[in-house]
Amino acid sequence: MNTAVMTNNGAGRVDPSITSAPWFTSLVTVILLAVLLGAGGAAYEGFLSGQVMLNLLIDNAHLLVIAVGMGYVILAGGIDLSVGSVLALTTMIAAWLLNAGWNPLAVIAIVLAFGAVFGAFQGALIHYFQLQPFIVTLAGMFLARGLCYLISIESITIEDPLFVAASQTQIPFIGGFISPSAAIALIVLAIAIWASRRTAFGRGVYAIGGNEQSALMMGLDVARTKIGVYAFSGFCAALGGVLFAFYMLSGYGQHAQGTELDAIAAVVIGGTLLTGGYGYVAGALSGVLVLGTIQTLIAFDGTLSSWWTKIVIGGLLFLFCVVQRLLSVRSQQS
Amino acid sequence: MAPPAPAATVAKARPEKASLLSHSLAKPILALAALLVLDIVFIPGFLSLEIKDGHLYGPLIDILNRAAPLMLAALGMTLVIATRGIDISVGAVVALSGTVAAMLIGGTMVINNGQPEYVANTPMPVALAAALGIAILCGAWNGVLVAGLKLQPIVATLILMVAGRGLAQLFTDGQIVTVYYEPFFFLGSGYLLGLPFSLWVVAAVLLVVGLLLKKTALGLFIQSVGINPVAARLAGIRTATLIFFTYVFCSLCAGMAGLMISSNIKSADANNAGMLLELDAILAVTLGGTSLAGGKFSLVGSMIGALIIQTLTWTIYSLGVPPEVNMVVKAIVVFIVCLSQSTGFQKLWKGRK
Repeated sequence: MNTAVMTNNGAGRVDPSITSAPWFTSLVTVILLAVLLGAGGAAYEGFLSGQVMLNLLIDNAHLLVIAVGMGYVILAGGIDLSVGSVLALTTMIAAWLLNAGWNPLAVIAIVLAFGAVFGAFQGALIHYFQLQPFIVTLAGMFLARGLCYLISIESITIEDPLFVAASQTQIPFIGGFISPSAAIALIVLAIAIWASRRTAFGRGVYAIGGNEQSALMMGLDVARTKIGVYAFSGFCAALGGVLFAFYMLSGYGQHAQGTELDAIAAVVIGGTLLTGGYGYVAGALSGVLVLGTIQTLIAFDGTLSSWWTKIVIGGLLFLFCVVQRLLSVRSQQS
Repeated sequence: MAPPAPAATVAKARPEKASLLSHSLAKPILALAALLVLDIVFIPGFLSLEIKDGHLYGPLIDILNRAAPLMLAALGMTLVIATRGIDISVGAVVALSGTVAAMLIGGTMVINNGQPEYVANTPMPVALAAALGIAILCGAWNGVLVAGLKLQPIVATLILMVAGRGLAQLFTDGQIVTVYYEPFFFLGSGYLLGLPFSLWVVAAVLLVVGLLLKKTALGLFIQSVGINPVAARLAGIRTATLIFFTYVFCSLCAGMAGLMISSNIKSADANNAGMLLELDAILAVTLGGTSLAGGKFSLVGSMIGALIIQTLTWTIYSLGVPPEVNMVVKAIVVFIVCLSQSTGFQKLWKGRK
């Protein structure tokens, strides 16, 4: 609980040990990222070039947006397993509506609203019926994937000019270029960071994650915050779907299988405690960059196969969970 | 199944009446019965059974046979959930054990006296032991993380869920390993005394665990850990050891399920074998009336839950409904079951009446 309060104040309070400071795990992640990048730069020529770094953002824009939403859910002490399939479903709905001749802006608005409503529905079930977030969002995951296949079991190509333009536009950015998707992802991240630290909603999220009972007794609107968090996660999943549709120019029910796990991994690696109430929304960026760097390293190596990514991510998850665990034991003792 | 005395907290939410309908297995059995009636009405020859070469064949046997791996996984999952845990690495363990068995057995063709004969690379008992050994190791890993390091079960098993399948793909280079060795196929598609061999395996495991839980204090211990881990520890139960072994048992069950699946499809597919099986197992356990909050559990209920899922899948396929609907139906079933378990919803329901 103590740590939750401290997170709100930033590093305002002096703690006897550095390792139990709230920013310590985030620092570990940043160091890890630097080590990974350094190792890549030493091993492969051109690894540290500006565009390779920017490609990390371009290729993982959808994951970053989803991880931001997941970060909020986890900070509030929940979990959302439905994000990957909501992403797939929104690509599917978007492709379907676009092919039916709808206006692309209207389509984007519809899928974003759909994602938020889907999330809010899950949040309402979780809050009002005290169901486990894990099981509700699991059912949501089945539901969204199933709905994808009801629309079509085939991949639907997107030929809408706006979507094609979004996938091909290059926005100049420090010495290289980024895609509109990456720009959108960064804007979402910035807004989310601001909201987590400067708004009542953000503080409410930390309070609920720290201790829901106390938050309720303090008179916080737990229902609105909790449902809001899941609605935001659903919105982010849908936005991730739009960005993914920009990237792939297709809607497909099997898009982004297992993305929910990548997002959870990114949030954990970014230093957020899975028990809630502790961590930074900004951690999502470092987590996603670590995952992206691992993938880039494997791509540069050329001899390693993609399943090494999974093994390394598993290893990192293990490392971070154990570190978090040991730190929390120590801070309880001190 | 479970002794009723410590279930006082549960009983408050669901008042025990001395009627058949309030029995904890009543709902799952009714659900299964309803599905079966639907099948009997709409699918001609659903109840037909015939004997070919001394083996029973028919839709019912087919459903039972296909449900076997899920039933095994659900058995292990029941005990884990009973201790307030969850194991989402089941699918990865299925992939790992199937892969190890398939790779060790392999099978090469040897021409013996002009007759082609398939020979295993490694003796089958060794291969099976190695596959189950890997599964036990996975369970021990999960168990150490949950019981030793006290990580949240979902996070602890998430690690193996992500990495386990990667390991299996690493072993096989991402290829599907095909097995050419007759005796191995017996596990998944063989018959013993007229019934599928896989059913005998499930029955044996169920019997052993059931007896162990009923005849020893183990069942009571698991239940008390699920209801209140702190109180259980203070009462002198070695909670950590107990929790550790439920994860080992769960992985072992998953390992056996993996052997069955790879034997049935005569190959091991590290990419897809056991995909989402953990979710089906959790669903089966919930359908069977086991509370996800721990404490109250029923092995028989989980078996019925697994049968409901398999019958549902089978029905959807047989009715000619596109198989894509399967996931939507499953999701709706989960929502309904969860709601029916929630006290908030029960209050709302009773308030309306």
